[in-house]
Amino acid sequence: MAFEGARLRAPALALLLPALLLIGWHLATAGRAYSLIPPPYQVALAFYDLAVGGIRNDFFSGTLLTHTIASVSRVYGGFFLAVLVALPLGLMIGRITVVREMFDPILQIMRPIPVTAWLPLAMIIFGIGPTSAIFLVFLGAFYPILINTVFGVRSVEPRLFEAASMLGCTQSAQFTKVVLPAALPAIFTGLRLGLGFAWMIIVIGEMTGVPTGLGAIIMEARQLSRTEIVICGMIAIGVAGFISDRIILMIGRKLLSWSPNHV
Amino acid sequence: MSETQPPILSLRNVGKTFEMQGRRIEALHDASLDVARGEFVCLIGASGCGKSTLLRIVAGFESASTGEALMWGRPIKGPDPSRGMVFQDYGLFPWLTVRDNIGFGPASRGRPSREIKQTVDHFVDLVGLGKFADVYPHQLSGGMKQRVAIARVLANEAEVVLMDEPFGALDAMTRERLQDELLELWERTKLTVLFVTHSIEEAIVLSKRVIVMSAGPGRIDNDIEIGLPRPRDVSGAEFNDLRRSLSAKLHSHHGKVAA
Repeated sequence: MAFEGARLRAPALALLLPALLLIGWHLATAGRAYSLIPPPYQVALAFYDLAVGGIRNDFFSGTLLTHTIASVSRVYGGFFLAVLVALPLGLMIGRITVVREMFDPILQIMRPIPVTAWLPLAMIIFGIGPTSAIFLVFLGAFYPILINTVFGVRSVEPRLFEAASMLGCTQSAQFTKVVLPAALPAIFTGLRLGLGFAWMIIVIGEMTGVPTGLGAIIMEARQLSRTEIVICGMIAIGVAGFISDRIILMIGRKLLSWSPNHV
Repeated sequence: MSETQPPILSLRNVGKTFEMQGRRIEALHDASLDVARGEFVCLIGASGCGKSTLLRIVAGFESASTGEALMWGRPIKGPDPSRGMVFQDYGLFPWLTVRDNIGFGPASRGRPSREIKQTVDHFVDLVGLGKFADVYPHQLSGGMKQRVAIARVLANEAEVVLMDEPFGALDAMTRERLQDELLELWERTKLTVLFVTHSIEEAIVLSKRVIVMSAGPGRIDNDIEIGLPRPRDVSGAEFNDLRRSLSAKLHSHHGKVAA
């Protein structure tokens, strides 16, 4: 009995706040004629319609999958592009003085510029379309991956380089044999943060006038005052981001099973 | 023939000066030392006597500021698999299992994987870690970690094993057991060992020769042959005499530094 109780405790606690939120939301909105925010059951109906259609059969009905796929492909497109650039660059900035001296100042100046500020420029350079969205996601994911990679490389114990070189591992081989694995816990923190940012940026990225994507339907629904669809889009992004994070966490756990202080 | 062969290790008037925040610190002054193949030599002295610096110069991690360090008569230019180092803090790769840590050297030197496997199996057994072969370092005790560190150097065919207070972080019982195991290995493999310690007892238990060093600047003071038969009886009268005389030598230099 006690064991079962303990096992149910965590999920019960996790569900407590959402349940309270839902109740509060319902009480505040249900049955009022002029509520700008729709009550939960209306959002649930809208979500069902958005996912499979058959209720309103309008512009939004049954389009959830299309929009989700569009957003997922942009999020991962921008994210993998960021990994492709930030990871090798971070390894080199962390390890090679010349590279650090060349890249660090400019990157430190570019970093505080918010991704939103890049939006007009991105639209000029890449035009109105998915490329701008991918570029903005790339920017959002780039810095957390880069900074954590550099940090990971810089904090590799010098002892490990001594050990590797006395065992006959050449300087260049140490990049893959020592630097990369030793920095992997920090790199994974960067990847997790980067992917999180990618999901945050996607809404802004899809404000660039693309017809599909979860960000695009949020903007579209806002203009049509279809607040229930806005909320549906928010929920979809939350769920997709959560699943993304779980996947990367699972990969991390597998690759970092050697590390005593990695969860 | 043997007269013409140079000693395996030879230091000629080696000095080392570090630059620290604009100040020059002489860590080692005019140290000369020959080590013959198969010798077990302990370096002993107070902190700051340059014993670790000397070891790191032999390893190739530091270069000598003056004089030269030679192996088989050739200048030491950098770290090399022929001179394996065992660190006090182990320096194991945490992302590799015991097996892969031991195989790291042979793999780095491009040995065929079948050969690596055989070598690794052999050395895993040699240091008694058969049951822990597929475990990561953080799951091992300090004594086991140090066994892995020793095995990984031996698996890499090191001719000289450099040990920098390797048992300093271990509890007394583990330390004694590892000392015995190390001696057994040394006798079996005819390795050359250069062993830094600050324990007089450890130096007498292990060495064929003890090099006494002192600080300010670090230098070699005495070079003492230990003729006691093995296995050595820590509580024997001869052992105690040696301990006392070594202790006196160490402390006489301490006095000089303090004055």
